[in-house]
Amino acid sequence: MAENQSQYQTFEHDVLVIGAGGAGLRAAIEASSPGVSVGLICKSLLGKAHTVMAEGGVAAARGNVDERDNWQVHFSDTMRGGQYVNNWRMAELHAREAPARVCELEAWGAVFDRTADGRILQRNFGGHKYPRLAHVGDRTGLELIRTLQDHGIHQGIEVYMEVTVVTLLRDVGSGGRVVGALAYDRERGRFRVYQAKAIVLATGGVGRAYKITSNSWEGTGDGHGLAYHAGAELIDMEFIQFHPTGMVYPPSVRGILVTEGVRGEGGVLKNNEGRRFMFDDIPANYKDQTADTPEEGWRYTQGDREARRPPELLTRDHVARCIVREIKAGRGSEHGGVYLDIAWIKEKLPNATDHIKRKLPSMYHQFKQLAGVDITQQAMEVGPTTHYIMGGIRVDADTQESTVPGLFAAGECAAGINGANRLGGNSLSDLLVFGQRAGHYAAKFAQANSAGKINGDEVDEAARQALEPFERTGENPYQIQHDLQNMMQDLVGIVRREDEMQQALEGLEKLCQRAGQCGVTGHREFNPGWHTALDLKNLLTISEAITRSALERKESRGAQFRDDYPAKDAEYSKFNFVNWKDREGNMQTRREPLAPMPNELKKIIEELD
Amino acid sequence: MAIATTATSATTAATAATATFSIWRGDAQTGQLVDYTTAVGEGMVVLDAVHNIQAEEAPDLACRWNCKAGKCGSCSAEINGVPRLLCMTRLDTLPLDKPVTIEPLKAFPLLKDLITNVNWNYEVKKRIKKFNPRPPDATDGTWRMQQKDVDRVQEFRKCIECFLCQDVCHVLREHHLHDEFIGPRYLVYAASLEMNPLDTEDRLKDLKDNHGIGFCNITKCCTTVCPEDIKITDNAIIPLKERVVDEFYDPLTKLVRLFRPRKK
Ligand SMILES: Cc1cc2nc3c(=O)[nH]c(=O)nc-3n(C[C@H](O)[C@H](O)[C@H](O)COP(=O)(O)OP(=O)(O)OC[C@H]3O[C@@H](n4cnc5c(N)ncnc54)[C@H](O)[C@@H]3O)c2cc1C
Ligand code: SF4
Ligand code: SF4
Ligand code: FES
Repeated sequence: MAENQSQYQTFEHDVLVIGAGGAGLRAAIEASSPGVSVGLICKSLLGKAHTVMAEGGVAAARGNVDERDNWQVHFSDTMRGGQYVNNWRMAELHAREAPARVCELEAWGAVFDRTADGRILQRNFGGHKYPRLAHVGDRTGLELIRTLQDHGIHQGIEVYMEVTVVTLLRDVGSGGRVVGALAYDRERGRFRVYQAKAIVLATGGVGRAYKITSNSWEGTGDGHGLAYHAGAELIDMEFIQFHPTGMVYPPSVRGILVTEGVRGEGGVLKNNEGRRFMFDDIPANYKDQTADTPEEGWRYTQGDREARRPPELLTRDHVARCIVREIKAGRGSEHGGVYLDIAWIKEKLPNATDHIKRKLPSMYHQFKQLAGVDITQQAMEVGPTTHYIMGGIRVDADTQESTVPGLFAAGECAAGINGANRLGGNSLSDLLVFGQRAGHYAAKFAQANSAGKINGDEVDEAARQALEPFERTGENPYQIQHDLQNMMQDLVGIVRREDEMQQALEGLEKLCQRAGQCGVTGHREFNPGWHTALDLKNLLTISEAITRSALERKESRGAQFRDDYPAKDAEYSKFNFVNWKDREGNMQTRREPLAPMPNELKKIIEELD
Repeated sequence: MAIATTATSATTAATAATATFSIWRGDAQTGQLVDYTTAVGEGMVVLDAVHNIQAEEAPDLACRWNCKAGKCGSCSAEINGVPRLLCMTRLDTLPLDKPVTIEPLKAFPLLKDLITNVNWNYEVKKRIKKFNPRPPDATDGTWRMQQKDVDRVQEFRKCIECFLCQDVCHVLREHHLHDEFIGPRYLVYAASLEMNPLDTEDRLKDLKDNHGIGFCNITKCCTTVCPEDIKITDNAIIPLKERVVDEFYDPLTKLVRLFRPRKK
């Protein structure tokens, strides 16, 4: 079945961008210029990447709604949200550059919602001190990806749709830099070799490692896995964001996201006793910023500058845990969630029904069509859903280059900016800021280096391995993926414990063996069973990294909550956990000390705290 | 199996029913409808059934999807002959006493099973002149626009590029005028650019001469299938047709236009 190397279709580019979400598109746009040829690969059709699903907004301290906002406040909010284990340099660059990146989108055709004086409107979101999220109703991701797509198609970028990269190729002779990638086209199932001087990974998240997730089938941690197996390091992998509000009912929509924008617009969380339980537990470091009464919280959502935020807009890690607490205590909703109520605002606003439909059109649509619930009249049932990974490929803050020369990463698959918890809206801005940077520096790298040498044997071997499932009559790969998702959900989920995670490590070993024996039927042409079999490798790799790092972090911080170590431990604020592959092919974990923060940044945090 | 076991046991027990789905299997050369029977539960959509069938019986059944929430426009197909999103079509809105047919879109070349080659759409978009804004109004390099002036454009920008409107439009579906006519999706796209208050480009000549706006005879089938409820015909195509008429066929307006710039 295997064709030999001369038969592979080959493509050559200066810069190859893998992933066409916000980060990949932004990188490709930046990298492409008359002297630099750029190829852009994605697993789905163009414009369908995960970014399209983002709802609430993109965070940028433009100060259009509250002029007290500026990059320093955004920086400080991001660091506090991340519990100070963020890469401070990334947090700084992000806060400084996001406003310009958002403005640039407008020049490329984005049409954001407007303020009364005609500027880009910004909304409140959890952990952001001032209204900061530029948005378009609750379909901001669509606006962002479409704008980049429509701009990008005129930039001379070569787009390869429905192509999946299975291995990164390295030139062992020249310091181990990446020189290309082996991929297959989904339509025909044929292999392709992409030769490139620099590669940008922008492959998004890992949500598919869990049963309940807001992520699409694409979120299988491919970039994380590809980079790891090519010798790059992963960092902060224990920090998985469980978004507090996913749909819980009916069963088939479980996990689908309910934007935080609902709470930003005044939505409140209640248990089955009708109590706003979020007032019951407000973390000490947010006390000063949180409303004392529901009345004050409401005023905040309506733009009263003297009011403080309602506790529903505390950081996601905290809100998710409070919801779990209510459910476990038997105060949950009918189908095992809690209630999220935006309909109540009709007590406050005369035209509440229209207001909700205008501000949250796709939530209205989504609940009406999928759950038969009219959110302008009834409360929604919501519960935590696996949403985002703060951890990812370890990169240089300024250039986004990984520890492998020529290999760059941006967006959700890269790590550092978010620390232990990401604030809503900080991902879309991250995609733009670091996508731009990755594209810029990848192009520079490509211009400074000649094409490397691809090792034909390596290609043949990778292609042979990828075809193995066809030669076996083993287990159906869907079943293995399904069992992995259940295991990660149960044993390495929101609340973690030593013994359960040890059990997960053993489980992973067995799943790896099963994956090595799974078989697929049918032909190579557009065969989802085969694709699922190939995705398993990355899913298993990242699941192991998540579990190992989570085991090592014997404390609770941000998104990591340990039942056996429920308190935060100052010792763990000094380093991040890094995973890498040793010579024998085993995963290792080490502590990487945080770089000392410069005084002027320290001062910003102290002054604003 | 995937869905059935993730359902809470109570709901599975209460709704342990099955339904049959007649799914088109095959490629451009040959193919036929194949019946699959799978468990159906409360709240399920057609895409859930397809996923069950993939996991249980037909792992190589080809089908596109991403968001499962009507946001990405990947899962377009024809359900009981009607172009719809698989992920937003609930089973309880369909008669389940007879097989539910699921077929690929008809206006594009078939690749395999439920997957068609939609590349033509991407090529069409490139032919439409890109956004070209006026210089920024404000000293900080940004623009001022009132919400009411962008409402219409925002309606068009809700488009998820599902191509259901392209599929249903007889000019493409029956007459195959793909070379002459860009289809409703791209008329909406052109309208979103033409009606953007910042844009300074002129696309009317292209619409008339190269994009075939004249082929549309306002049947409104496109509007009927749009999952985003975009009033494609009334709000996008008809106003564009009017502009084209004003620009090229109405002598009086043409005369007036000589003395007045077309755009603010
Ligand atoms: C429902 C939802 C709502 C959200 N709302 C918000 C919000 O309001 N604000 C916010 O800031 N963030 C939000 N997020 C998070 C944010 O949307 C994501 O973190 C972000 O879009 C990720 O973008 P990305 O460019 O890194 O990757 P993605 O958009 O995930 O794109 C990944 C790309 O990589 C490609 N790819 C992956 N693997 C391979 C491979 N092996 N070979 C080739 N190509 C590959 C994929 O095909 C895809 O094109 C939301 C997330 C979800 C799920
Ligand atoms: S109204 Fe025009 S574009 Fe729409 S389906 Fe009818 S002919 Fe096609
Ligand atoms: S206009 Fe409507 S039907 Fe047509 S592609 Fe866009 S969303 Fe789909
Ligand atoms: S899967 Fe995205 S629209 Fe159906």
